[in-house]
Amino acid sequence: MSENVNDDIPASVTDMIGKPMYPETASFPVERSYGYNTLAATQNGNPLLWDDEVADELTGGMIVAPTTLSLWMRPHFWEPGAQGEQVALKVHFDLKRIFGLPEAVMTDNTIIFYDPVRPGDVISNQQVLKSVSGPKTTKLGAGRFWVIDVEFHNQDGALVGVESYTGFGYNRPGAREAK
Amino acid sequence: MSNVTIPTPVLFPSVSVGDSLPELAVDVTPTTVVLGALASRDWRPMHHDYKFATERNGVQDIFLNTPNQAAWFERFITDWTGPKGRLGRMKFRMKTSVFPGDRMVLSGTVTAVDTDDTGCGWASIDVALTVGETVASTCEVRVAVPVDENDNPWSRTGDRWKP
Repeated sequence: MSENVNDDIPASVTDMIGKPMYPETASFPVERSYGYNTLAATQNGNPLLWDDEVADELTGGMIVAPTTLSLWMRPHFWEPGAQGEQVALKVHFDLKRIFGLPEAVMTDNTIIFYDPVRPGDVISNQQVLKSVSGPKTTKLGAGRFWVIDVEFHNQDGALVGVESYTGFGYNRPGAREAK
Repeated sequence: MSNVTIPTPVLFPSVSVGDSLPELAVDVTPTTVVLGALASRDWRPMHHDYKFATERNGVQDIFLNTPNQAAWFERFITDWTGPKGRLGRMKFRMKTSVFPGDRMVLSGTVTAVDTDDTGCGWASIDVALTVGETVASTCEVRVAVPVDENDNPWSRTGDRWKP
């Protein structure tokens, strides 16, 4: 997706565009049991994701569902020493704060899958702001769209996936004060 | 787990443009939404807190989160391909949210078939997630399927995997 700079965007935001931000490594390894939660939530019976023999035959060992990619980088809801809400896509929340847009939804998501993610892997990622739109009004309210790319690697440095999110941050007229 | 029956895989030569995938219909409940959100470690309140969703986000109820929609698309695709099907990429747009009480129906049509320069067979599929007459989300999927009974897309690494 091409980078985009809109004239009415503050320098604090244009400075962010195209720069890798928030490089992080997960504080826990990929867990087979936690991966089952996604399979259960979607009633996904793919034997590749449940059966060791099938996984050994096809991929040389157990893997987790490819679309669980982002969950292995999501912070705990709480952990010792943490202050405030723990969020995964920090650039998204930076933009909400900078533009004073308390509400947000994701509208588009692209995922490209590379090496499979396996139990025991420790995933790292970084975020890159690709573009920010000018002011837009939708049925939800007035705000802006932005695109954030996230690259994921495993502990060996192998690329396991790339995600691109389009978010819409907005002000909803008449909404309660944000808490 | 053992004694799992491996479904007969879809083979590339049998896939044609215009083929339809078997539909998947799901009655969405609050549990569907909350379970999907927590399974993807998405703790944001609009996916489990009715008052937050309605009063802050201004929508009618809690709603399916993004990674969970991706997981539903994955299930829909691999139900069709079988375990040898390997997702290359998916791109989806959420036009309107999916709420408890909705009956979501996933349907898909093959829009292209091709082999890349490594010999990997690919099917491109347009998926629609509809609720009643409304298309809530659309998803473009590129999935590798075996070119013959001996092929295994999962064996591809490095330059031989071009998603």
